[in-house]
Amino acid sequence: MAEIQEGGGGGHKGGKKRAKKQSTRVDMTPMVDLAFLLLTFFVLTATFSKPKSMELTFPAPPPPDQKVDEVKNGITFLLTQDDRIFYYEGQFRAADDEKGTKTVLSELNFSQGSLHKYLLDKSKVMQDAIKALDAQHKNNQLADTTFKRLVKERKADKESYTYLIKTDDKATYKNVIDVIDELNINVVGKYVMVDIIKPEMDLVNEKIGATSTTN
Amino acid sequence: MSKKPSKGGAPALDMTPMVDLAFLLVTFFMLTASFRMAEPVVVDPPSSIGQVDLPDNHIMVTIDEKGRSFFGISNSTAKMEALKEMAAKYQVNFTPEQVVKFSGLPSFGVDIKDLPAYIDTKEDDRKKFRGPSGKGQTGVPLDTITPNNQLKDWIAIGGKKAVETYLAARDKALEANQEFKAEKPRYAIKCDASTKYIYVKDVVKTFTDLKIYQFNLITSLEGGGTVINPTK
Repeated sequence: MAEIQEGGGGGHKGGKKRAKKQSTRVDMTPMVDLAFLLLTFFVLTATFSKPKSMELTFPAPPPPDQKVDEVKNGITFLLTQDDRIFYYEGQFRAADDEKGTKTVLSELNFSQGSLHKYLLDKSKVMQDAIKALDAQHKNNQLADTTFKRLVKERKADKESYTYLIKTDDKATYKNVIDVIDELNINVVGKYVMVDIIKPEMDLVNEKIGATSTTN
Repeated sequence: MSKKPSKGGAPALDMTPMVDLAFLLVTFFMLTASFRMAEPVVVDPPSSIGQVDLPDNHIMVTIDEKGRSFFGISNSTAKMEALKEMAAKYQVNFTPEQVVKFSGLPSFGVDIKDLPAYIDTKEDDRKKFRGPSGKGQTGVPLDTITPNNQLKDWIAIGGKKAVETYLAARDKALEANQEFKAEKPRYAIKCDASTKYIYVKDVVKTFTDLKIYQFNLITSLEGGGTVINPTK
């Protein structure tokens, strides 16, 4: 900015003979203005981070004639409206029978961290076992491959829980992601998305109805 | 500095390094910038701890909060091929210009019969788009009961073409003894946090019917990413 003025001033001082000599200095101000304008534009429009994603595998539908196996050590989460979660453990029973009593739903929630606490509690045995293996691994008592195999076996063994996630028609996508996320955080063994069945839905509706009338 | 300015004017400042730097940065941002047209819907995905980057080569179904689904393929060659095959299947005519224009579009959510008109619509007018059938962007039809499951066809044909394009590119690179870095196409679902899960279920059902079981569910990073929502 100053250069042109100075150049002009110099030309003026140098007398009439030199007045015609052109200054070789170019005023760069407009160019700099433009460069920074473009720079600002590109900086603001640039997207640096790629969207993150979560990998999930859905179960293949079983062949129609196959009998569904009874899930051992299953914990079923039922997601419904208003971000509420109900759960029950074991097999679903619509009524008392010789194997057990009628299923009763308990409630968990996202906001007060009760889901997190519950999962932590449930996976404690498995987590401790994995931690013990990890310690052995760190002390070089276990080879890498053996360690990985043992962890995998531990996660899949009969004492670890299988989590089933079911939603009714009022649950939102966010709830589903939140539950899966919580399961991932707690490194549980297995979880799967399953379709809800009618008796379960009835039980959930009953529960919602009961609480909404008392409120 | 002790040196006093010799004249009354402001001191000369050499701006050359600054200009150099400015242009260097401009060049960098220009070259790295990838321009995309605005998506037809703004979707605010829920957050999770998922750390996997969305694969560059993907086939994506976007579901907005009203349950409309939008379909998109990242690879433009595969997209053109898929459109040609879909056009033949549904007997809709596209001009070659429309096919090329289509490859540059982001995801779309219209019935294939309205697609030629949709492609010809100017970008700013797409929000108010009304096709020949009178329907707007109601989402790609995905009726799981009637045979009019266009989304299923899009996924099946789009997936096939994406794999073909990927393999062709790989073979070409192998022949020329070049390193080939691209990934296999993957299926992604992007969905708004407040969408009812039953809509997602319909889309997932469409995928599982095609024996596709693995997805990348797009989420924002835990801790709340900033979502710039131009509509608000």
